[in-house]
Amino acid sequence: MEAVPRRLDAAVEVDELRKEFRRRDGKRRRGERRVRVALDSVSFTMEKGETVAILGQNGSGKSTLVRLLSTLLLPDGGSARILGHDVLTDGRAVRRLVNRVSVEASFFKKMSAAENLGYAARYYGMTSKETRDKIPAILGRVGFPSDRRDEPMEALSRGMQQKVALARALLTSPVVLLLDEPTTGLDPRSKLEVQEFIREIRTTHDSTILLCTHDLAEAESLAERVGILDRGRLLALEPVEDLKRRYNAETLEEAFFAATGREFEAEGDEDEDDDREVFA
Amino acid sequence: MRAIGMTLRAELVGAGGVVERNYYLTKRYIWWDLAWFFWTVANTLTIVFIAQGIESTGGQIDVNTVATSLLIGAVVWAYLGVLFEFLMETVAWERWEGTIEYTFMAPLSRAMHLAGQGVFAISYGLLRAVFLFTACFLFFDLSMPEANFLAAFLVLAIASISFIGIGVMTSVLPLISPEKGTQLGFVAQGTLLVVSGVYYPVEVLPTWMQWIAKFSPATYALEGAREAILDGAPLSAMWDEIWPLLIIGAVSIPLGLWVFSRGELYAKRHGKLKRSG
Repeated sequence: MEAVPRRLDAAVEVDELRKEFRRRDGKRRRGERRVRVALDSVSFTMEKGETVAILGQNGSGKSTLVRLLSTLLLPDGGSARILGHDVLTDGRAVRRLVNRVSVEASFFKKMSAAENLGYAARYYGMTSKETRDKIPAILGRVGFPSDRRDEPMEALSRGMQQKVALARALLTSPVVLLLDEPTTGLDPRSKLEVQEFIREIRTTHDSTILLCTHDLAEAESLAERVGILDRGRLLALEPVEDLKRRYNAETLEEAFFAATGREFEAEGDEDEDDDREVFA
Repeated sequence: MRAIGMTLRAELVGAGGVVERNYYLTKRYIWWDLAWFFWTVANTLTIVFIAQGIESTGGQIDVNTVATSLLIGAVVWAYLGVLFEFLMETVAWERWEGTIEYTFMAPLSRAMHLAGQGVFAISYGLLRAVFLFTACFLFFDLSMPEANFLAAFLVLAIASISFIGIGVMTSVLPLISPEKGTQLGFVAQGTLLVVSGVYYPVEVLPTWMQWIAKFSPATYALEGAREAILDGAPLSAMWDEIWPLLIIGAVSIPLGLWVFSRGELYAKRHGKLKRSG
């Protein structure tokens, strides 16, 4: 894809972004490492208030992209900006503008939903006075039962935990919301509830949403534009109908197959985390 | 000016959030903490009994003084252990729970994040040290007629600044090695134990170890606490211990933050922040 010229009104600007991981390879000589490119010169922009879905198989680079945009990884090349703030050189400003929901609803499991949300909000400068009413309200909005607010997180179902994760992200009123497979592994009912809530965020907030998923229907129903990320390369990013036209396909799945030359796989066990050096 | 004030306020609220989180966790794990406290009491009693053991095997010592000196060493050592444990958990526990990425992507500065962790560790550690000292003091019915407990408490609080600086340096180890980093943190603790005169005077060490002891804040904390409790020295008479503690603190805190920031950059470059599986 071509490099994107800088735009002042864009919420997210990603330009030739590159990330690679090195891992030890048993077949190579001692000390030698295999380089795997997780993101290969990815470029795109997102308008303020826009929802973009990035479709990709496990290991395609979706989580790496989200981590780079949330300053949890440092890029090896290119740049990414959130409302004009560079993720590498102006990370602190970016962190104020961004929040994220990942596939695992990560919490202190012995603490309650209210406690987890409370301390997390302090990290964003919100006092207990400010969150006293806001936390019950936001938990109510995600459909979290008020009588379970003080139960430890470990007593809650995954679907319930994921709702709390969404509440945690929204509590800080992020300008850009990064959703990294927020419905993966949820039962059908919880999945629908979470998707419904994302839809509500789209209409009631002016957040810009980047949704990384490998659920084709989810991408099609929630996003204005859908991107196809394959082996670290962003092959296309267009409205669904344009994608279908471009690849002469009747469905998004066919378009994905035509773009990547591969069948779209269902939710799998592999994760691109496997490529990070931590497992080497 | 207003922007600076707002930022400072947000930073203080954020540091308070770390304290708040640790309070919740301590509350949830209170029974485990109590069990751990009983282990510490048993361990401290074992050390203090050495004084009586020496006498019973023919040693000519002042049992009360030696027992008190050993008790001070054991309590300071236990306190140091709590500080290092809390700081090590900055990374290790969060990685285990999976919350580390959420903490590290928050706009709270690392200095205030670690300050919050340090403030809670010092408060919890000092409270625990008081309980431990009291329990063992009552058990042995030790006599401390001259003791200036307030001065001992204050010298330990001053030393805590340096302990936190060193603890921050070691807390980065789990970022670099998720598997072995926590254990490596004990190396720093063990080094302080051997050179700082926790259970014996520094003078019995070989000269080169005595030289290292000069850089250990634990050396001055122990000397100060013993002077205050055994001799009743006021804080004003402990300047020889306080100024090295202040200097070590002034160096170790920024050095600790710098080391941690380097570790964080390394983890972000190599994708080691999160440890799953």
